[in-house]
Amino acid sequence: MAEQPVDVLIIGAGASGAAVAWSLADTRMHIVCLEQGDWMNPAEYPSSGRDWESRAFGDMAISPNRRGRPTDYPVNDSNSPIAVANFNAVGGSTILYAGHFPRFHPSDFRVASLDGVGDDWPLDYETLEPFYAEDDRMTGVSGLSGDPAYPAKQSVLPPVPLGKSGDTLARGFNDLGWHWWPSDTAVATAAHDGRDQCINLGACTSGCAQGAKASTDITYWPHAMRAGVEVRTRCRVREIAVNDDGMASGVWYYDADGEERFQAAEVVVMACNGVGTPRILLNSTSEQFPDGLANSSGLVGKNLMFHPYASIQGIFEEELDGFRGPGVCIWSKEFYETDESRGFVRGFTYEINRGRGPVATAMTGMMSGRIPWGAEHHRAYRDLFCRITGMVAICEDLPEEHNRVTLDPELTDIHGIPAPKIDYALSENSRRMLDFAVERASEVLRAAGATDIISEAPIAVGGWHLMGTARMGKDPARSVVNEWGRSHDVKNLFIVDGSIFVTSAGVNPTRTIQALALYIADQIKKRLANLFD
Amino acid sequence: MSDNTIATDNPLNANQESALAAIVGAMIPASEEYAVPSAADPTIFADILTLVKRHPEPVVEGLAALDDIAESRHGGPFSALGDEDKAAAIATFSQSGSQHLRAIVSMTAQCYYRDDRVMASLGMEPRPPFPKGFEVEQGDLSLLDPVRARGRIWREA
Repeated sequence: MAEQPVDVLIIGAGASGAAVAWSLADTRMHIVCLEQGDWMNPAEYPSSGRDWESRAFGDMAISPNRRGRPTDYPVNDSNSPIAVANFNAVGGSTILYAGHFPRFHPSDFRVASLDGVGDDWPLDYETLEPFYAEDDRMTGVSGLSGDPAYPAKQSVLPPVPLGKSGDTLARGFNDLGWHWWPSDTAVATAAHDGRDQCINLGACTSGCAQGAKASTDITYWPHAMRAGVEVRTRCRVREIAVNDDGMASGVWYYDADGEERFQAAEVVVMACNGVGTPRILLNSTSEQFPDGLANSSGLVGKNLMFHPYASIQGIFEEELDGFRGPGVCIWSKEFYETDESRGFVRGFTYEINRGRGPVATAMTGMMSGRIPWGAEHHRAYRDLFCRITGMVAICEDLPEEHNRVTLDPELTDIHGIPAPKIDYALSENSRRMLDFAVERASEVLRAAGATDIISEAPIAVGGWHLMGTARMGKDPARSVVNEWGRSHDVKNLFIVDGSIFVTSAGVNPTRTIQALALYIADQIKKRLANLFD
Repeated sequence: MSDNTIATDNPLNANQESALAAIVGAMIPASEEYAVPSAADPTIFADILTLVKRHPEPVVEGLAALDDIAESRHGGPFSALGDEDKAAAIATFSQSGSQHLRAIVSMTAQCYYRDDRVMASLGMEPRPPFPKGFEVEQGDLSLLDPVRARGRIWREA
């Protein structure tokens, strides 16, 4: 069944799809977004129930394979030390993200020039800065202005509380003379744009029942829809169709009833993240594009970057925040920039993640052998309960073509669409960076008073950030989209998600994904008269 | 299906349930000192069984592994062992580090640490986080003084 043609068809209603839809709504064009997930009901998020920690292992798990919702698609990540994490809904993975909301640094756009690795981006920090600021207002970024690790930027809302955990670790950083600062977060610390302020539920990564965390279903989407954008949920796109001129003509998708439909469009915008977007492009083969759409460079699906994470947690004698408060707290950029004496290039951010709930405490203690079975269980448990705090190190992942997304030859979703297959290996540079990060974090934890350290590197389930698989650039032989997000090959096809990242930086990507989406929307609006030239 | 099998949504038979209760009871016994029940307490164990019904495979596999230990080390299925041999078999099982053991530990922890009595013992109100939320200290932003004094560290590009 065919639908009436639309002007702009956006695939995916997550971080980038929401931002690009809101911005393009200015044009009064007919804009439709197809989202394979549902609208989420915050009243049903886990923190509303006693089983709030348990549901993070079940229907709100970060792994689509474990979660297995009807709105998910499976991912074959068996050939990767890091498993893919995502969420499929209006809001996408912002439903489950912690709300860490750092910007890239100016150097992140120039890694080849500065450090001789990766590639430079075709744009710079100054170009994105106004779009960062616009995204900050829409998101309601909480933070403290004046961070010496960044060029000047203004926070919209006050920072999240340091709490006992932040205070304790801040003293450790100070003892060593290392940088730290209250994190920029997507957690509203005061009422903002119809959202209420954070009340320290502590379950941010399972969805925010309070609505304080800026998932895009409650930030951009209400504004975009009031401006006329239509969102269709439970619509699973199979492939992008092309016409005889090599232009995208629309997409084939399955609706909520499983019926195959065709939606014609003048412009198609991909916003399905660094795994979902190459999956659809590679599945969009034709006589004109036998290797997948927009893939004349052969780079669709290649250069997958995750951000290898290390978790380094300390056990303290005094009571800390435990289950209370958002996971976001403070960060340190002490080891962000390259210092080759460390044995690796580029760097990482430490993000202090406050504490953990009673179930997670038990799991951590029992799995690490610190809480025994039997009569001693209770005393050992109480030695850990509300006494664990620490950090993750989010390490810059460099682009390598052998790290890639392809189509699995056997595994499919419920509609028979091939599942993505991940082939990923940790580089020697990443391994060294992780080891260094664990060592330095252990130093700061001990300086802060930790009596014991628990670490994991890489975090096996930590493939939260999916980047690089349809990179942007000026050279069509070395990139998939140009410097304003348009496919080199298909001139009415745009990509606005993390796929277009050239490098990963050592920070969470969402703020940059959204700034890029706003920038690309702005470029589209400025070029409407000759958009396809 | 044989004629004498009664259809049920319980993936565990009586012997398996009994073995699972023995495992979780050994894992987290009751404590008078902390005024907490065992994980085999009827209310908590019923909660565990509800969770097992959603994800039965690793538990069933784990219980089969326990039976293997019982057979190889104590000469019979777990259900037929005396108390001492059962405790020894569970102790061996607890050291296996297997995925199914991990699943049983996870399900037990998930249900035990949301029980009213256990939460009260930990000083927690027996309630979900929402809508009341929690208090967190603002902290001391004067701790930033040395960071500010050090000055800019970002790299020009």
